[in-house]
Amino acid sequence: MIREILTAAALALVCAQGAQAENIRIATEGAYPPFNLVDSSGKLKGFDVDIAKALCAEMKAHCTIVAQAWDGIIPGLKAGKYDAIIASMSITPARKKAVDFTAPYYVAGAALVGPAKSDITFTPAGLKGKTIGVQRATTYAALLKEKFPGAKIKLYDTVDNQNLDLKAGRLDGVVAQQVVMYEWLKKDGGKAFAFKGKPFLDPKYIGDGAGIAVNKGNTKLRDQFDAALKTIMANGTYAKINASYFPFSIAPK
Amino acid sequence: MNISVMIGALPDLLGGVALTTELVALALLVGFVIALSTALARLSGVAVLRWLATAYVFTFRGTPLLVQIFLIYYGLSQFAFVRDSVAWVVLKQPFWCTLMALALNTGAYTAEVFRGGILSVPHNQIEAARAIGMSPVTAFRRIIWPLAIRQALPAYGNEMILMVKASSLASTVTLMDITGVAQTLAADTYMPIEIFTAAALVYLCLTYAMTQAIHFFERRLDVTRRRS
Repeated sequence: MIREILTAAALALVCAQGAQAENIRIATEGAYPPFNLVDSSGKLKGFDVDIAKALCAEMKAHCTIVAQAWDGIIPGLKAGKYDAIIASMSITPARKKAVDFTAPYYVAGAALVGPAKSDITFTPAGLKGKTIGVQRATTYAALLKEKFPGAKIKLYDTVDNQNLDLKAGRLDGVVAQQVVMYEWLKKDGGKAFAFKGKPFLDPKYIGDGAGIAVNKGNTKLRDQFDAALKTIMANGTYAKINASYFPFSIAPK
Repeated sequence: MNISVMIGALPDLLGGVALTTELVALALLVGFVIALSTALARLSGVAVLRWLATAYVFTFRGTPLLVQIFLIYYGLSQFAFVRDSVAWVVLKQPFWCTLMALALNTGAYTAEVFRGGILSVPHNQIEAARAIGMSPVTAFRRIIWPLAIRQALPAYGNEMILMVKASSLASTVTLMDITGVAQTLAADTYMPIEIFTAAALVYLCLTYAMTQAIHFFERRLDVTRRRS
């Protein structure tokens, strides 16, 4: 009799705990600094990882975060190796066919970088007649062509080459992804170059941002993430994480 | 294959033809002068000249043209003293950087072609020219060079056609030559096969015209045929 009561109590305890803390397995890439990377001690860290941890804390879930190579990251989700992907994955129509996305958890805009002393501004009038470098076949090139018709556009094969020419003084400015340029300014651009004007955020050109991917039809988990995301954005947790990586907000509007 | 896209791309591509033609023509012109001087330097009795010419040919024939363009365009601009010098007026422009690389590159190859042509001139012809009292310069101008260029023309023609195609690397340093225009169109239309096929056809027309010109000169220089 006593044994049965004990067993029932133990069972109840286990069940209660189960209801309390759900187990969620989250994959990230671990090779896309500063968003996700593996540090020297082999631990995963970065903006994505911090957001994942904050969301899990909010959801009171027990999370394990694993690293997964990029080209196998969606197949791994479909195979059930993990329940969600938080890896700076841009929300695209093609991916939407394979997975379900939460609302975006960050959006990196198109930014203009120019010589620190220059008075260039990120407006059609400000770029008129200026020589602006941009990577060929990117949304930023399309953005310049359509929204800033007065700019003299120079097309480069890589962002690195584009930045080399900015440094060499052949360009009045470059337009590229905000975070990419922030990292360049930090390690290479130094004090001689700076962001000019406000970043451009029109989803028509820069996309919908990065979302959390879950298996198609897993609306329960997606809704949990969406709700938690709203909470951490409202209570300041998101802003704190954001500020520890970038001096500008990448929160989706 | 969408033919209308290909036809629609032609006006833009023809806009790139002007730049490609300009680059190739100037590079061949400057390259010719470099090549002839280098070939003569390599055959001269002055050791320093020989050594310098050999080093130049070794360097520019032994490295890829793309690397040369990058070193001249991106490489030199890294040095503040280059940016502050008078040379920056020229080096700032991608056109002049590319032209410099193309001319130096073709100069190195053509120098060897010319050297081979000059070496193929039979010794007795040169001796005969000197024996009737021609100065070395006159002998070169009237005997050695006409015979040498006849030997060298097929290989030189080959190099000229290679130059047309090599000029496509100009697109890597932001120039809007045929390839630069094609790359931009391909990115805009998402139809790379149509656009690059159209670009290839434009290059074929250019090289065909060049081949015909070379054939014309080959026939003119062919003494045996002119006589018959």
